[in-house]
Amino acid sequence: MVKSVKVYSTPTCPWCIRTKQFLKDNGIAFEDADVSTNQLAAEEMIQKSGQMGVPVLDIEGEIIVGFDKERIRQALGL
Amino acid sequence: MYELIIIGAGPAGITAAVYAARKRMKFMVITVDIGGQTALSGGVENYTGYQFITGPELAAKFEEHMRKYNIEVKENEPVVRICKAQDRVIVETKKGKYAAYSAIIASGKRSRELAVAGEKEFKNRGLTYCATCDAPLFSGKEVAVIGGGNSALDAALQLRHIARKVYLINIGSYLGGDAIMQEKVMASKIITVLNNTRVTAILGDKFVSGLKIMRNDKEEFLAVEGVFVEIGLVPNSEFASEIEKNEIGEIRINSRNETNIAGIFAAGDVTDVPEKQIVIAAGEGSKAALNAFRYLAQHKFPD
Repeated sequence: MVKSVKVYSTPTCPWCIRTKQFLKDNGIAFEDADVSTNQLAAEEMIQKSGQMGVPVLDIEGEIIVGFDKERIRQALGL
Repeated sequence: MYELIIIGAGPAGITAAVYAARKRMKFMVITVDIGGQTALSGGVENYTGYQFITGPELAAKFEEHMRKYNIEVKENEPVVRICKAQDRVIVETKKGKYAAYSAIIASGKRSRELAVAGEKEFKNRGLTYCATCDAPLFSGKEVAVIGGGNSALDAALQLRHIARKVYLINIGSYLGGDAIMQEKVMASKIITVLNNTRVTAILGDKFVSGLKIMRNDKEEFLAVEGVFVEIGLVPNSEFASEIEKNEIGEIRINSRNETNIAGIFAAGDVTDVPEKQIVIAAGEGSKAALNAFRYLAQHKFPD
């Protein structure tokens, strides 16, 4: 089953770049929400995660804050 | 058995790795992250060869250079102890224990914390130590940068394009850092510098709503939604408990990057090398690798 993946990120944050690279390397399609330009996405991210640090991943409703490789792997069944 | 373990993958660790790879040493890199503080810097204008490059881009270049050599890199793995047992260096991490005939400690520095009420509660709830990462979330808001050195000036200069208002809260009576950056700060209408000002508490409900500050011996409240802490750095040297350090926890090295323990070298910001710069850390990393190589050649350890 393909899980829906959304990444809330900013273009300058090194962990965001690494998170997205990790998903790409594993062939995972994801929606990229740039919270630096998309205010709505920023609010959505804060509401979902209860905090303001990037990146935040929403993997089929599971919220992961930061580039937590192991949790991401688990959530995606990698 | 490894010939060398490199701890850290900032400019010092990565440069050491590139040199070690080119000497065909049998080694690995153990690190928490890749790029270190470089990856968190805004603009870099003093790394030779680049008139301007962002920190994340420069860190990506470093990583690309290291990956070219097919190096074994253990990421996300904090070291908890390093010690010497006979002729072996033992490196213990949260995930395992490794042995080598030599090691280079290049674990760098991390942000110093304010140590005031509210700091822990509001971390990532309006308070951050990484302007490069989180600044864009404060678009159109009023924010405070705490500190008066180069990293504080860098954060304030990044934020002036994003936030509506930036207070630069400096404990001293004048700003430190490079003159060229000070001039840019002073020229900005968005940035207000508050000298002789100390933060005493971070306030808010779910997210930061303001700061309690002491200004000229008077307590005041400053309404801000973002707090960027840039008050300097502390060395990541706690795990090196058996190694000689200076009074601020930096590992003491000589001009050959040797520590007080034979076979254990150190490089970059974690050491007492005068001046902390990306270009210096990189240079120190190369020196440490070459000296580790020489040490191994002189000792003829078994394979």
